[in-house]
Amino acid sequence: MLLIFEQFLNGLQIALLLFLLAAGLTLVFGIMDMVNLAHGSLYMMGAYFAAVFTEWTGSFFLGAALALPAGALLGIVTEIIALRTLYTRDHLDQVLATFGLILFFNELARLMFGAGGMTIETPNWLQGQIEILPGLPYPSYRFLIILVGLLCAAFLYVLVQRTRLGMLIRAGASNREMVGALGINIKQLFTLVFGLGSALAALAGLMAGPVTTVQIGMGDNILILALVVIVIGGIGSLPGAFIAALAIGIIDTMGRAFLPNMLGAFLSPSDASTLATALSSMLIYILMAAVLVLRPAGLFPAPGR
Amino acid sequence: MRPAFQTLALLSTALMAFPFAADDAAAQAAKKIKIGFVTTLSGPNAAYGRDMQNAFNLALDHLGKKMGGVPVEVIYEDDEQKPEVGKQKTEKLLQRDKVDFVAGYIWSNVLLASYKPVLDAQTFLIGTNAGPSQLAGEGCSPYFFAASWQNDQNHMAVGELLNQKGVKKLYMVAPNYAAGVDGTNGVKSLFKGQVIGQDMTKWPDQLDFSGEISKIRAAKPEAVYVFFPGRAGVQFFQQYSQAGLKKDIPVYSAFTIDAVTLKLQKDLVLDTYLTSTWATDLPYAANQKFVADYKKKYNETPAFYGAQSYDAANLIASAVTATKGNLKDKKAVGAALKAAKFDSVRGPFKFGNNNFPIQNVYQQEAYKVSDTEYDLRTVSTVLTAHTDPHAAKCKM
Amino acid sequence: MSSASNSSASTATSSRLTFVVGLALLGFLGLIPVLSVVFDDPFLLTLFTRIVIMAIAAVSLNLILGYGGMVSFGHAAYIGVGGYTVGILAFHGVHAAWIQWPLAVIISGVVAALIGLLSLRTKGIFFIMITLAFSQLVYYLGNGAFAYGGDDGLNIMTRSDFGGLLNLDNRPTFYYLCWVILLASIYFVHRTVNSRFGMVLQGARSNDRRMATIGFPVHRYQLTAFVIAGMLCGLAGVLTATFTGFISPAMMHWSRSGDLIVMVVLGGMGSLFGPVFGTVAFLLLEEVLSSWTEYWKIVFGPILILVVLFARGGIDGAMVRGQACTLLAGCAAFFLLYGIHTTYEDQWLIPTLILVAACALAWFAKWEIQRRKNRHD
Repeated sequence: MLLIFEQFLNGLQIALLLFLLAAGLTLVFGIMDMVNLAHGSLYMMGAYFAAVFTEWTGSFFLGAALALPAGALLGIVTEIIALRTLYTRDHLDQVLATFGLILFFNELARLMFGAGGMTIETPNWLQGQIEILPGLPYPSYRFLIILVGLLCAAFLYVLVQRTRLGMLIRAGASNREMVGALGINIKQLFTLVFGLGSALAALAGLMAGPVTTVQIGMGDNILILALVVIVIGGIGSLPGAFIAALAIGIIDTMGRAFLPNMLGAFLSPSDASTLATALSSMLIYILMAAVLVLRPAGLFPAPGR
Repeated sequence: MRPAFQTLALLSTALMAFPFAADDAAAQAAKKIKIGFVTTLSGPNAAYGRDMQNAFNLALDHLGKKMGGVPVEVIYEDDEQKPEVGKQKTEKLLQRDKVDFVAGYIWSNVLLASYKPVLDAQTFLIGTNAGPSQLAGEGCSPYFFAASWQNDQNHMAVGELLNQKGVKKLYMVAPNYAAGVDGTNGVKSLFKGQVIGQDMTKWPDQLDFSGEISKIRAAKPEAVYVFFPGRAGVQFFQQYSQAGLKKDIPVYSAFTIDAVTLKLQKDLVLDTYLTSTWATDLPYAANQKFVADYKKKYNETPAFYGAQSYDAANLIASAVTATKGNLKDKKAVGAALKAAKFDSVRGPFKFGNNNFPIQNVYQQEAYKVSDTEYDLRTVSTVLTAHTDPHAAKCKM
Repeated sequence: MSSASNSSASTATSSRLTFVVGLALLGFLGLIPVLSVVFDDPFLLTLFTRIVIMAIAAVSLNLILGYGGMVSFGHAAYIGVGGYTVGILAFHGVHAAWIQWPLAVIISGVVAALIGLLSLRTKGIFFIMITLAFSQLVYYLGNGAFAYGGDDGLNIMTRSDFGGLLNLDNRPTFYYLCWVILLASIYFVHRTVNSRFGMVLQGARSNDRRMATIGFPVHRYQLTAFVIAGMLCGLAGVLTATFTGFISPAMMHWSRSGDLIVMVVLGGMGSLFGPVFGTVAFLLLEEVLSSWTEYWKIVFGPILILVVLFARGGIDGAMVRGQACTLLAGCAAFFLLYGIHTTYEDQWLIPTLILVAACALAWFAKWEIQRRKNRHD
């Protein structure tokens, strides 16, 4: 029972990282109708910024505090230089141009930070464990990820549901033209939302950094998962993204944790693991295909779309 | 105006094809021995490829950049740790550069994807790290030589070491690719206790081992065996320690702790058990010279990846010298390679019937040289003059 | 899904010039085995075999993407299906090409029919995402196929056997087989798009509701095109597996599907020879640039963006509109960058310079387009 709970926490941790990435993606997609594949690159750059700043300042938290605005700034600059012209284009153009951005950012990171990847040193007090339940010590750093992830989700909820900015974001997701017609400076709103999304991506990246090491292309595969999350959740919908991220994070972790043992009854450990990994990944895409076939606009589509 | 532009556009396309011709003309002009070396030079495990490259270059320095009096050229290619890329680069080395020897390969899966075109071209392939079972048994070839080991060897030593320490209940974690399968089978072949759990992780993407570590905690084994070469090994030990298991359940490993990873693993791997065929402290003259000069030239401690590559360069040199540079006579070159007449950093070095080494495997431990420096030292000999278990199936 | 409509409508009818250049390029491709012997460079043949096979895949994607307006982000899946069919049959000792090849094509068609049946219910971005999802599904299926190497892939020890008719171990023979298949598939696409079927397909690209109202079963037409494209791409997969003698899930990774789209768009969507131009340009650039500098993608990425932003018709469109100067500016930028790269080894300087050059190029292209527009007005 404890093991199942512990695996649930592991899944939750992945789910929250995924949510942070998906949140920015779904907001940008929702109000600008823009597919941004380069969002994964912002995740990677956030991790690199944190690694560099941590090395520079000698403190993980100072490094993280510097990496967030740096990530937001990078996002805003990218938006102004490259993405603005794409808003009026169709999705194919957006996919292609931002695919080009991925290539560019990956090589830029290789040039600037070297091909070997980097590590982020976390402070000593985060190296230990916290006893969250009697008999269940849990790594403090992973606990911190869960905590920060939940706080961010709460912050986003308040921001979108309770503030004027959030009202505009929701309105934009439902009907962009109307918001513009009502005299809101849409361009400014776009840039602001893009900056916010980039900061969230950078946050996800820098928190994943110490666990999985910082490396070139670390954003590419998780980006595909984040796209799956926003499509399942309904484009433009934060609660949808949250629920979809939870589902995917937990399916993936539980599948990899428990399927091998079940399959191990009649397969060799290596074969069972191969099959289990593939099955838990396939489950995610089956879920997505099923959602799209049954509810083509996702589970929680923004009203009016 | 327009036709002029179009002509120019076509011309520039033609220009792009030009380098092919230029490359080739240069290749024919020089008379030299060409060695193609495939390793990982980008991505999180680039440091290991660099260790191999450094050691191979150092060996060439020691040889005066000549083998049997003929100048040597080495062409390094980056496999990006991807099987299909490794295969493409290997074909390029064979067809474009027309190399005389192909060497390198850190990863078993990359080697397994790449070896066929080399052997089909009857070119000698010297593996300097990967030693998959597929090439050691029925699939052995007179054109393939492993300057390193057969994958199972170090892991079998772990199995034997576990017996010596009286471990009865073992949990195993290894990556799910060719070498991970060889490794876990190697441990099981000699380990007499009970394996109470085994996880095979996705390779090389998975660097978050939270799920596996949770399962280890729940299973309560007496010891854990891990095999995570390269960067994954750093992440595993860090996460294992963060989960608070390091003090309760001892870790046995192979190929997971080396000079490169030690720079990041530090205290995390003190008081763990590992096996290896090489360490900086092996008391052979060739080894002392290799270690001292490597440190002098690169200001770093070499890892086993480098040691094996250093041996590979000397192995190739010994064959070129013995055949007086006549590489056309494949039989003679093969026989000279098999004789392995060179001073190995691992001391006595001999090939078995399947062209894989017969060698000692040692228990080693990590220790603090100074406050900031760590190294590995030899504790005992676990397997002596060990022949890998697949050799018997090789009909050669 | 209305994506391709506005821009490529103007280029859908290829001009005489692209037709001539296209045929010349195909002729040039036919000479490669000879050139490979003349220059004593067997690798040239290897490189171009890869190019010709990928061109077949790109031609198949162009049928649904360029003419049909269906943005499939999962086309590499069929390369995998075709390749794995050959690999798995060879693994079990079935080497006869008469069994392997037709079976691979049929299975690809069945897979395409299943994917198409479900995917074509969606539109726009959802179509892109659902095709991606299905190709990931196939990718992980290959990943989980532990009996056939899983992630590590599988070596094909014996090439497909055509009896005494063709010896595929002979590299020029194999190359010409691929070349002939490429010619045949281009001719096939040419005949298809100019038939009634093709007209309906292109009509549906601009406005599927209109076509449906006229009384055409649009969905069935689109599905048929989707299946044909899948089968043709499956054949490209068969050739890939036979050529490399190795199959692994990497051949159907999502980034491969991305590459295929890039090839089609780079060459010109909805143009007969566009995919061939695009594939040759893409793979030659990759080969040449990556031998110059390992950072070649830092140049290629922005170029891709520029093509999308300013040269919608790709290479074909540039030729039709006589924008050779834009093409040339691109080539000149490469040579310039190469010069800079070899002269200065400074790590920080290069990206800055590349950025400046990319911006200048963008500005130039924009100015050029503006100038043309003004002239037309």
